[in-house]
Amino acid sequence: MRRFKQIFGFALSTISLIIALSFLILIITYIIIKGYSVLNWEFISQPPKMSMTKGGILPAIVGTVLLSIGAILFSLPFGVLSSIYLNEYARGERIKRIIRVGVNSLAGVPSVVFGLFGLAIFVKYFNFGVSVLSGSLTLGILILPIIIRATEEALKMVPNSFREASLAMGATRWQTTIKVVLPSALPNILTGVILSIGRAAGETAPILFTAAAFYLIGLPNSIFDKVMALPYHIYALMTEGTFPKEQTTIAYGTAFVLLVLVLGMNIIAIMIRIRSRRKQQW
Amino acid sequence: MVVYEKSKIVIDHLNLWFDDAHILKDVNMEITSNTVTAIMGPSGCGKSTLLRCLNRMNDLIDGCRIDGKVLIDNENIYTENYDIYNLRKRVGMVFQKPNPFPMSTYDNVAYGLKIHGIKNKKIIKERVEKALIDANLWDEVKDKLRKSAFELSGGQQQRLCIARALAIEPEVILLDEPASALDPISTAKLEELIDELQSNYTVVIVTHNLQQAARVSKFTAFMMLGEMVEFGLTDDIFTAPKDKRTENYLRGRFG
Repeated sequence: MRRFKQIFGFALSTISLIIALSFLILIITYIIIKGYSVLNWEFISQPPKMSMTKGGILPAIVGTVLLSIGAILFSLPFGVLSSIYLNEYARGERIKRIIRVGVNSLAGVPSVVFGLFGLAIFVKYFNFGVSVLSGSLTLGILILPIIIRATEEALKMVPNSFREASLAMGATRWQTTIKVVLPSALPNILTGVILSIGRAAGETAPILFTAAAFYLIGLPNSIFDKVMALPYHIYALMTEGTFPKEQTTIAYGTAFVLLVLVLGMNIIAIMIRIRSRRKQQW
Repeated sequence: MVVYEKSKIVIDHLNLWFDDAHILKDVNMEITSNTVTAIMGPSGCGKSTLLRCLNRMNDLIDGCRIDGKVLIDNENIYTENYDIYNLRKRVGMVFQKPNPFPMSTYDNVAYGLKIHGIKNKKIIKERVEKALIDANLWDEVKDKLRKSAFELSGGQQQRLCIARALAIEPEVILLDEPASALDPISTAKLEELIDELQSNYTVVIVTHNLQQAARVSKFTAFMMLGEMVEFGLTDDIFTAPKDKRTENYLRGRFG
């Protein structure tokens, strides 16, 4: 009876894992099957044509790349400096715990709420309009907690003996942080950054009211222009327009491109992590 | 207490608490210029903590409270607004476990010079070379200065840490059980180096290895439970200890 229970239990957990993994394979194959007919060079190098039934999705690719880069430019310095405050400067566990709860709460805010906030603050109050800038700032706030947490973990992994050695030579805590701690933590920070780019690239709700345009023929000229973006483009193709049948195929093609982009980012992050682990000898 | 020669450091009624724990109890000691002074005692007696009082590294620990004076060249380092960065430049420290930075051998030694504002590349190069020569490491690393310091052996890493401390031209060098992670041959090389260092520097070494204290030091302090039990010439302490506790420790009754 005990033996049977064991076999049954492990069989159940094996099956569960297979089901979970098969969802991943299913999603990818389904998207490829539904969208492969539109995938070609023109699709990623041309703007949409003929009411989005022909042509490509270049403006959406460029828009997503711009929004992601913008989000990182904004949130990386903020996030890293915040983590330095938490891990290298702040004293007293209680205050740090309170701050961490705050950061985690920020991570728990639904993304559509960030979208509304971005609309109210960046689009309206600062009058940036629906633009790359507003969208980037909104996405930047969304990924801020991810960057803060990744950086904090990275800083924690730097051995204290490095800090002690530096301080014992008469370095200030700031010099120690900038010249010893941060360089040692960099590969792990980079991993967090790339993961958060992937996150920013895939979000729809935050850019819905702040950056995304339904249909643009050209590329944006400045950071105050609207842009198309891959996730929003999928949404638009499925819900609006006049040729639902053709649009659906293009939506799956777009989804495939987005998936490749995000998975590609994650693979780069994993590769950096493996390389730096191999090099790390402390 | 007999003052033998010129005192570099005077520890005067020093008490230290971590929160409510009284770690150092009314410690008095004089450290003579250009000699090696050993501090020994069983684990947890406060010897490392005492050493860290001399470059104010205990300041970094939350809940640490200090009462009393430490005079270096007759100047109390425990006064308000005392320049601890300059203090730590004058009083270098080497730790128990070799802790080179994740940089090249060269950059490890150059680090201290750079943080103290030396920018001239030629001066940095000269001082790095001199520090490595003085730490008896130059011949072993001169062909791989640009390689990661982690590629060196443990003993070489520890001498690199000494070179790193020497580069900023300190007056005092504190060694916190520097040989405890090293093999016997590396230890012998390190002790040889310590012996050479005293002609230019005042050296204070913490060790729980009795033979090591006997070999390298001129003066020895014996501590127990935060108290300075006995302090004097190493030869006297090892041949004719005055305190019963020192005698017991030397005979291996505890520790």
